[in-house]
Amino acid sequence: MEPLDLQLDEGELELPSDPVHLNMGPSHPAMHGTVRIVLELSGETITKADVQIGYLHRGFEKMCERGTWTQVFPYVDRLNYVSPMLCNVGYALAVEKLCGLEVPERCQWYRMILGELSRISDHLTCNGAMAMELGAFTPFLWFIKAREMIWDIMEEETGARLTHSFGRIGGMAKPPTPDFKDLVRTTIPRILGLVEEGEAMLLKNRIFLDRLENVGRISQGDALALGWTGPCLRSTGVAYDIRKAHPYLKYDEVDFDVPVGTKGDTLDRFLVRLGEIRNAVKIIEQSLERMPDTGPVNVDDPRFVLPEKQAVYTTIEATIQHFKLVMEGAKVPKGEVYSYTEGGNGELGFYLVSDGSGTPHRVRIRPPSFALTAGLGQLITGRMLSDVVPVFGSINMIGGECDH
Amino acid sequence: MSQLVLDKLKAALGDAVLETHSEFGDDTAVVAPEAWHRACELLRRDPALDFQLFVDLCAVDYPDRLPRFEVVLHLYSVSRGHRIRLKARVGDEDGDGAELASVTDLWIGANWFERETFDMMGIVFKGHPDLRRILMYPEFVGHPLRKDYPAQRTQPLVEYRTEAEAGLTIDKVAPFGADEGMAFGRKVWGE
Repeated sequence: MEPLDLQLDEGELELPSDPVHLNMGPSHPAMHGTVRIVLELSGETITKADVQIGYLHRGFEKMCERGTWTQVFPYVDRLNYVSPMLCNVGYALAVEKLCGLEVPERCQWYRMILGELSRISDHLTCNGAMAMELGAFTPFLWFIKAREMIWDIMEEETGARLTHSFGRIGGMAKPPTPDFKDLVRTTIPRILGLVEEGEAMLLKNRIFLDRLENVGRISQGDALALGWTGPCLRSTGVAYDIRKAHPYLKYDEVDFDVPVGTKGDTLDRFLVRLGEIRNAVKIIEQSLERMPDTGPVNVDDPRFVLPEKQAVYTTIEATIQHFKLVMEGAKVPKGEVYSYTEGGNGELGFYLVSDGSGTPHRVRIRPPSFALTAGLGQLITGRMLSDVVPVFGSINMIGGECDH
Repeated sequence: MSQLVLDKLKAALGDAVLETHSEFGDDTAVVAPEAWHRACELLRRDPALDFQLFVDLCAVDYPDRLPRFEVVLHLYSVSRGHRIRLKARVGDEDGDGAELASVTDLWIGANWFERETFDMMGIVFKGHPDLRRILMYPEFVGHPLRKDYPAQRTQPLVEYRTEAEAGLTIDKVAPFGADEGMAFGRKVWGE
């Protein structure tokens, strides 16, 4: 039998000096969302990265051109499926800008409260999922428990946990339920309690902090040129928040802060999101105080808003109005408009082109995740392979939004 | 919102600015395709304009117009707080010759947005370092967001099997009857 301890320096076996190619994804257990990253590795260091998206492309923009303006709502729900209410409100505001409508005060506060609840659920999911991918499973469960509470409120209000399709041109599908304010008031402290417990498990954890700090840094200039917005841009120190810079709804009447980071690394993105959860709570509390308990939710404009069901069944005018709105769709004036709101991940923009008919000519969705994911390759090049996981988690790529 | 941007563009580019308007408060300038890169460079480099944030790039198809496509760029300046929409019209009635200079040298973020516009509308950005499809797969034929691309067309990567190839009867059930559902859902099966 040959001896096993061969002389190594005489052997022909050599480790390959060529770069190793590695596919991460499209379905990888340590990443949420279907994205494929083709990596070129030298040892464990990434020398080149090619991020390939499109696995979740469902042709939203094409589908939007086939139905009425109102039929776009279910599609925008499925853009960012962690905070669909923000997309609903963003699209409704865009069409209303084109139609020159302003929804009643009660509806504006209602939209803000639901939107900020969605924002909390978005940030909880992002931070929780990132912690889980780094091996911290317990905080994930804590955050998801808090998210469940938000989704319970949403279910109570809209009838659906995830894809609400609750926005309408000129209002909302339904007015707030009678228990809405009490429900939110009792739930908010419980959510904050869970967030505090969850973050206490992470922010004193040396392993967690070491994997985030100074990883995936980006400069202010690069972040802006890449089109980054939202928490990821604010982590670099640019205090650009559309709710402050160009207030819509009633954001100019509430008092809240815009948390910013200093270094633009993964830890900053994590902390900015935690800070935004607290500020969203601040906004919700003020909005609850100021939202009227009575009054209309929809604008009084028969060109855009469906009539009361009771009237549809009893009067011919309302029947015709209902029929025209459903079969032909609301006629949106000719023109083009770009409307932008602060979504969960940043600037969620809608560029709408109307030819004056009941069907959109073009619905262009500007998804914040798309620009964020475009920067991923740059962030991980030169880093270790294991850094891909926290960096990818912190940019919060949402497949539905990124891949349209 | 800010007339200054439009004035500066007109002063610097002269006749190359074809039209401007400010509908709904969105300042818009249409420039000649040859002046596209020059206009972008001015918007990026002029300290009084200072458009650092690359917001969005897309294209709109107007099949009954000539040139057929409008390429639409949205920009924002964080320091000045103003926005601009810059447009250029390209392409003949078949969608050929839709070419525009790439602005990836000015904003790195333009890279993916230009790839998307190429993929969806077939606008070719000259000087782009890596103009591949981004949302569709490389074997895909055509540009899905063009108005003449039928919404119900399918392009499977693996060909559908015929009944003979499968060796058994394939019962295909149509999702809608011929007179049901939305128009795009009406697919006639078994022809």
